[in-house]
Amino acid sequence: MIDVLVDAISGVFILSGGFFILVGAIGLARMPDLYTRMHAASVTETLGAGLLLIGLMMQAGFTLVTLKLVFLLLLLVFTGPMASHALAQAALHVGVKPVLAEDRRDRLDKPDGPGPKSGSEA
Amino acid sequence: MREVSLGLILFFFWLALSGHYTAFLISIGVITTVLCVVLARRMGALDSEGHPTQLFYQALTYWPWLAWEVVKSAWSVTKIILDPKLPISPTMTVVEGSQRTAVGLATYGNSITLTPGTITTLVEGNRLTVHALVRDGALDLEGGGMDQRVTQFEGRS
Repeated sequence: MIDVLVDAISGVFILSGGFFILVGAIGLARMPDLYTRMHAASVTETLGAGLLLIGLMMQAGFTLVTLKLVFLLLLLVFTGPMASHALAQAALHVGVKPVLAEDRRDRLDKPDGPGPKSGSEA
Repeated sequence: MREVSLGLILFFFWLALSGHYTAFLISIGVITTVLCVVLARRMGALDSEGHPTQLFYQALTYWPWLAWEVVKSAWSVTKIILDPKLPISPTMTVVEGSQRTAVGLATYGNSITLTPGTITTLVEGNRLTVHALVRDGALDLEGGGMDQRVTQFEGRS
C-alpha cells in the first residue's frame, strides 16, 4: 500500500520534472537571442532537474543511491550558475549584443539614480 | 577547526561513494582524507572562502528560502514560455550588493543566476550587472529584497 503511494508521488515528481525540461527546450527554440535563451535553459537546469532528481530519490528510498543523487543535486546547484555566468560574460565580452527592451545599466551613474558613487563603466 | 570539519566531510563523502566497508578500503579512505586536508592546508585553501564553515548554520534557512524563490521564478518563466504572445521585455540593469565578503557577493551573484529569469553577467567591485528576461524581474532585484536576504545569510562573521 505504502509502496504504491510512494510510487505514485515519485511518478508525479518525475513527470513534472520532465514537463519543465520540455518547457525549457520549447523556450530555447522560441526565445529571440542568446541571453533570453539562457533564461529558458535555466528552467530545465533548476526546476526540471530538481524535480526529476527528487522523484528518483523517492524511487531509491533510504539508500546510498539517494545520497549520491543528493550529491548530484548539490553539484548542479553550485556549478550551474557558474557555467551560466561564464557563458553570459563571455558572450558580452566578444560583443554579442543582447536584444533589450530597456537598458538600465547606467541607472546608478545618473544624477537622479539612488547610487551616490560614480562607478566604473560596465 | 576547519581541518577537522573538512576531514569529516571528505571521509563521509568517501564512505558514501564507496559503499564497501572493508578494513582495507576504509584505511585507504582515511589516508586519502588526511592527504587531501594536508594539501588543502598547504595551498592555503582552508580559509573562510575555501571552506566557509561559518555559513553552514545560516545555509539551513537560506537554501530552503532560495529553493522557493527558484520555484516561483521558474514557474513565471514557464508561463512566459508557454504564452503564445511570448511576453518578454529583456532588461539589463546594475544592482549593488551590500555584502562585505567575497563569499557573500559570490552567493548573491550565483543566487541571481540560479533563479530563472535573471543572470549575473558581470561583477565589478560590489556592482553586479544583471540580464533579466522581463522588466519586472530587473525592478524586483533593484528593490534589494534578495540582496538583504543574502547579507543576512552572510552574517557578521
